[in-house]
Amino acid sequence: MTHPVIRIRDGQFGYRNQVAVRAALEIESTEIVALLGPNGSGKTTLLKGMLGLVDRIGGSVELFGQPMREFKDRSLIGYVPQRQSAAGSIPVTVRELVRSGRTGRNWSGSSRAAGRQAVADAIAAVGLADKATDPVSTLSGGQQRRAMMARALAGGANVLLLDEPFAGVDQANQHAIADALAALVPGGATIVVVLHELGPIEPMVTRTICLDGGSVLYDGPLADAPPRLLHLGHDHDPHGGEPDGAGGADEMGLFRR
Amino acid sequence: MIAALRILDYDFMRRALIAALLVGLAAPAVGIFLVQRRLALIGDGLGHIAITGVALGLLLNSAPVPFALLTAVAGAVAIELIRARREAFAEIALAMLFYGGLGGGVVLASQAPSGSRNLGQYLFGSIATTSAGDLRTFALLAVLVLAVSIGLSRSLFSVSNDDEYARASGLPVMRINVVLAVLSALTVVVSMRIVGVLLVSALMVVPVATAQLVARSFRQTFAIGLVVGVIVSVAGVVVSFYADTPPGGSIVLLAIGVFALVFIATNLGRLIRR
Repeated sequence: MTHPVIRIRDGQFGYRNQVAVRAALEIESTEIVALLGPNGSGKTTLLKGMLGLVDRIGGSVELFGQPMREFKDRSLIGYVPQRQSAAGSIPVTVRELVRSGRTGRNWSGSSRAAGRQAVADAIAAVGLADKATDPVSTLSGGQQRRAMMARALAGGANVLLLDEPFAGVDQANQHAIADALAALVPGGATIVVVLHELGPIEPMVTRTICLDGGSVLYDGPLADAPPRLLHLGHDHDPHGGEPDGAGGADEMGLFRR
Repeated sequence: MIAALRILDYDFMRRALIAALLVGLAAPAVGIFLVQRRLALIGDGLGHIAITGVALGLLLNSAPVPFALLTAVAGAVAIELIRARREAFAEIALAMLFYGGLGGGVVLASQAPSGSRNLGQYLFGSIATTSAGDLRTFALLAVLVLAVSIGLSRSLFSVSNDDEYARASGLPVMRINVVLAVLSALTVVVSMRIVGVLLVSALMVVPVATAQLVARSFRQTFAIGLVVGVIVSVAGVVVSFYADTPPGGSIVLLAIGVFALVFIATNLGRLIRR
């Protein structure tokens, strides 16, 4: 029997003992899911909850039918964080950054040549082949986002979790990211993407989950979603986009357990 | 040239130069990951903690190196456990650990049979004091530090570069951080005869900072950092022999001098090209 890629039962996620979002859901293989909601709605916290990056205060998370702690094959799941820059204080080339996406893989199995090929393929998939040996810090913000997407793909992931991939990214880079995502669909990829507006991936989305105030208000096909919920994010600059919680707590959505 | 080679006639200088070579290699090899993690000053804290170990050795009239090794490694593990809790008081707890180490060292050393006179050698280095036994320990530790920092470089890089992503990709982030802290502690011990535990942090950071001015990749930064580390530590020992200065201070000033020269050269180059 096949398990859902991600199954959350009575999930309560947050920081320390403060619940920021509650959700119960299953994401099946090949679904393209948009997690929509305004800043502070808890969508980033929910995505991080699926990866074990925030505190799970209640409920359970299963990945491919296994409890999160027991699930070892993390290279199946690629994560693209919402970060304006992937550059640290030490120069790092695009290739070095992308290669770090393979560090979590089991050491046995693939040869060095296969690893190099996977890294080159991932860089080509996001259209950065001509930048492979450039320091990441010399890239634009949108190109850095593409490099982080290549990092998520380099480990051979067929499940991709992205946090606001279009926020603060110019049109050309938005389309490059959307094209790279669309190219994954024929291969049977599962994609979960946090957005505050649908943007260029709208045609691909098979399911929308709308959040506000830390809970799920709608879960279903985009066509049936109440327009009111889809436009929650439009209070904000549609193409600029403020960081949703900027890696910390969604303070707006915090409420006591 | 012949006169310069004369310093090799002295046993203590041969040992000092080899020890300088070892710390010149080990310090930047670990330091690059600390700089990447934005924890450049952790080596300084570990140095403070090691002082208690040095003083214990002096107090018990035994070799200070093994005691320094034990306290620095214990301190390194404690630092990571405290940091991992991400509590508001973590920074204060670290400060207490660091200055408690220094305070404890000074007090313990004052009670040693030889008094606290000898403590200065360990704080700022001394070329005359490296024994053959010390050298064997340092060589072993330096080889271990280099082997682990190169062997685990991918994991150390991933965690230092983006620890949230590393956690998402299933790396044992906590364990890798403890390994890095222990490597830093071992480097502090390797440095204690030549650079001194109070100045070793500079040798972890400054050669890496110099390398990143000219390098275009992490790998280049690593290689150039090691070359700069070896040059300044060996040259610093030679300078301290002729100028009769403490080697630790000489090495650090040389390292900063090299950084300044490279900084000026790269920025002049940029200005001219404009």
